[in-house]
Amino acid sequence: MSKMTLKTEGDKHVVVTRRFAASPKAVYRAHTEPRLIQKWLLGPAGWTMPVCVSEARPGGKIRYEWTDGKGGGFHLTGEYLELLPFSRIVHVERMHLPDPTPDNRVETRFEQDATGTLMTMQMTLPDAETRAAMLATGMEHGMEASYVRLEAMI
Amino acid sequence: MSNLDAAFSALADPTRRAILARLASGEATVMELAEPFEMTQPAISRHLKVLEGAGLIVRRVEGTRRPCRLAPDSIAAIDQWLAMLRDALTKNYERLDEVLAAMKPKVRKDVP
Repeated sequence: MSKMTLKTEGDKHVVVTRRFAASPKAVYRAHTEPRLIQKWLLGPAGWTMPVCVSEARPGGKIRYEWTDGKGGGFHLTGEYLELLPFSRIVHVERMHLPDPTPDNRVETRFEQDATGTLMTMQMTLPDAETRAAMLATGMEHGMEASYVRLEAMI
Repeated sequence: MSNLDAAFSALADPTRRAILARLASGEATVMELAEPFEMTQPAISRHLKVLEGAGLIVRRVEGTRRPCRLAPDSIAAIDQWLAMLRDALTKNYERLDEVLAAMKPKVRKDVP
């Protein structure tokens, strides 16, 4: 039920799906309220998010700062474009590593299903190369890596 | 891990991934690599330079030939990094499951 899927779509999209045993309202709130975001959007074990700005209104700012507690860290900035409580969020984001990565436009939908909520997150990158670099660098993503591994095994 | 950035940009190109795939089956020279890709040797050489700079391949000198092969440590480092990132996203959502469980309203709707 909770298994995450991640796939590429077309040249510029990445789509992640995940089911949650909670209402769309709860999942939406956990994606927009700083107090809740700081509890889960943390990445590897040991990392925390001491700074979390999430102004959940069109034009509102997003700023997440992560630290590993040992002097390492990075941050993300973005802006909300559209919000439809409690079913849809559209925002743009970029990582600062420390140079900013190209803008990633993210549309996140929350749909009621039989057991809770189906979340579908579609990322749109400026072009195929950016997507490949992003898949390789950060946002997870094993598809491109799987292809590389697969090709390497052929 | 210091040249991971270079490695990832190197991997963003399909020809370079195909070259790596070819090298997975063994050492090859520029001439041997150019043939299946229908590319000129200078074009292949440019790709090889990127791959070499990223630490993904190594080249040795054998007379006038400079055969290339995969740098296994480098590929392993990328695999490890990607596994870590996938793991991080999975962990995020597991933590979110707990956050959501704690937010549960007192009256639970029964699932049919």
